[in-house]
Order: sequence, then structure tokens, then C-alpha cells
Amino acid sequence: MLDILLTSLLSPVVLAFALGALAVAVKSDLEIPEPLYQALSIYLLLAIGLKGGVALSKTPLGEVVGPVGATFALGVLTPLTAYTVLRRLGRMDRTNAAALAAHYGSVSAVTFIAAQAVAAYAGSPSEGFMPALVAVLEVPAIIVGLLIAYARGERAGSWQEALREVVTGRSIVLLVGGMAIGWVAGEEGTAAVAPFFVAGFQGALMLFLLDMGMTAARRLRDLRSVGPFLVAFGVGMPIVHGALGVWVGLLAGLSVGGAAVLGAMVSSASYIAAPAAIRVGLPEANPAYYLTASLGITFPFNLTVGIPIYLALAEWLGA
Amino acid sequence: MQTVSYRLVTIISERTLRDKLIDAVHRLGATGHTLADVKGEGSRRHGLGMPGVSAVKIETVVTSEVADRIASYVAERYFEHHSVIVYLQDVEVLRGSKYAPHNDEA
Repeated sequence: MLDILLTSLLSPVVLAFALGALAVAVKSDLEIPEPLYQALSIYLLLAIGLKGGVALSKTPLGEVVGPVGATFALGVLTPLTAYTVLRRLGRMDRTNAAALAAHYGSVSAVTFIAAQAVAAYAGSPSEGFMPALVAVLEVPAIIVGLLIAYARGERAGSWQEALREVVTGRSIVLLVGGMAIGWVAGEEGTAAVAPFFVAGFQGALMLFLLDMGMTAARRLRDLRSVGPFLVAFGVGMPIVHGALGVWVGLLAGLSVGGAAVLGAMVSSASYIAAPAAIRVGLPEANPAYYLTASLGITFPFNLTVGIPIYLALAEWLGA
Repeated sequence: MQTVSYRLVTIISERTLRDKLIDAVHRLGATGHTLADVKGEGSRRHGLGMPGVSAVKIETVVTSEVADRIASYVAERYFEHHSVIVYLQDVEVLRGSKYAPHNDEA
């Protein structure tokens, strides 16, 4: 366990994240320009889509059906557990609890990418088709969260617009689009773009996490405003969801690395797709809660401590 | 040089409202707009802190009626739950006929 923790913490991507946070802490003038952030996120999402599509084209359908079904079920279940915890233990109002539930049920693509990189770095690579599971996990929770909120009374937002926002959001478009391209073109077809999308991937991820480290560190100053319960929730909920993801992943036939990565996915909280949809569908919910929790607490927690825990758990359960 | 008096409407809002605001500005009679990605922080603070999501500034030169229509529309629709501000200024513009509202709703 300590071994895995150390290996993960010393992987270049995690260290880059720490460097970004450090830069903010010492008030460095380091700044990643916004267009670069956008370009990197497009590159990363398209790259994992492509890779997943190529892997899918080589995987028999029977091998994918179980994990896809399990992932979908987790995507429906986790917003409900999150909502229940927030309402019962946190005594949070319905709107904010539903908004947070949508975030914690949905997935952070960056956490997925980092988990995949860290698992491979630690010697337990995950299945090539995992990006397909990211696409499956992203949407249902946001719908469940909105349903919970809309089930009672009038809302200021528009539920249809929010739904459109999720399905046409850049992460789904790039991920699913990239998968389609990779699937159609296959390994040979994508060989021409592989030097750009495969060889450059880890480097781009490192740059991206440097930026994420800065963003997360800036979010930290909001910690005081969200209160101790949400901080505990931001750490506790991912552990519960992550363990569930690892267990279900192994049951569905994933490898140890695959189950660990699924655990990291299930434990993660979305901070791109979900905020965009919730802002439109549930504008009354306070973004300070969901952005601070998902980006300021859960993301750094998963990146540093969570992913190694899920890896160790998968190794222990899978043995 | 011949100038004509118009109103400059500036809307600064969270990025999530961009497309809706641009649609509304044109629907309410503007003949054009200028869009810029901007950074900043207001009383709500959030929204601008979303990664990769900046604020936007939408500017349009319109008649004073259209300006009022746009301002009240934004106020009614978005002030309660969103990060958005609107301000109006008098401007003197060249080629005044460019900014006369088109006929569909004006």
C-alpha cells in the first residue's frame, strides 16, 4: 500500500500537479494562458477517445458488455447515495444536494486519465476500452440529479437545455467522436496521427495537470466558506464510491488495473460537464459548493491519495 | 464629421449565458455585437472560477429604446441567479444608419 502510494505520488503527472499548487502558494507569476488550457483539454479528450476507439475495434463485444452495464448502473446509483448522504447527514437543502449529487455521480475525465497513467506507471495497466466507460458514466448522474431537483416544484432553469448541454458538451463530443474515429479507422488508419496523439500524450497531460494544480489551489481559499461537512464529504464520498467501483469492476470482469481505474472514475466528481449543465438547469444551486467540493477537495484528494487506495484495494480484492 | 447619438450596451456575464445573451440582443433589435473573453470577479465570485470558463463581455450599439429593452430583459431573466452586469453609455457614432434597428421586432 505504502509502495503504491509512493509510486503514484512520485509519478510525473502528480508532481506536475503539486508544482502548480506550489506556484500558487508562493504567488509565482506562472500562468497558463486560457487558450492553451482549452487546447490541451481538447487534445487530451480526443486522444483518449481515439485510443479507446482503436481498442474497441479490437475487443470482442462480449468483453465490453459487462463493464458497460456495470458502469451505467454505478452512474445511476452514485448520485442517489451522494444525495442521501448530503440530505441526511449534511442537512443540505434539496437544490444544492441535487446539484452536488449530479457532480459526484458523474465523472471527471482528468481523474480518469490520471488514474490510467498512474495505474500503468505502477505496473497495472487498465483495459484499452476504458474511455468508452467514461462516456457511459458521464451522463446518467447529471440526469438523475436534475430529476431529483425537478421532481419537486418549479425551477428557474430549463431541464431540456441542461440535457442538451450534457449531451452536446465538449467532453462527450470529443470523447465519443474520437472513439468513433478510432473505431472506424482502426489501428492502421490511426498510425499516421499516433506520433502526435500517442507519443505526446503524457507530456500534454503533465502540462494540463500543472494548470489543474493552480486552479485547484486557487479554489482552496473557498474552503472556509463551504464548511467542514462539505470538506468531509469531498473526501469521504469518493472513498465509498471508489471502493464500490473497484468491487463492481472486478465483478464485471475487469483486470486489477481496470477495476482500480473504474474505482477512480466512480469516486471522482465532474467539474466540466456537470457544472455547465447544472448552471443551466439548476441556476439556483450555489456553484461555490459544487465547484469547491469537486475541484478544490475531491480532485486533489483522488489524485494524491485516492488513486493509490483504489489500486491497492483492487490488488487486494483481485488477488 | 457627422456623428449620431446612440447607446452602447455592455453586458458582462458568466460564460454559460453567452449564446443565450447574443440571441436575445439580436432578437431585441441590435444589428450587431462585439464579443470578448474577459476575466474578472464580481460579488458572486463563482462562475468565473470554473476551469476553462471565463467571463464574456458583449457590447452592442443600439437606439435608446432597444438599449432599455435589452437591459430590462437581462435584468428580469438573469439577475437573480447568474453572474451578470449590464451598463449603458451614450456614444457618438459615425455612419449612424448602421445601427438603426431592423424591422422584424423594432
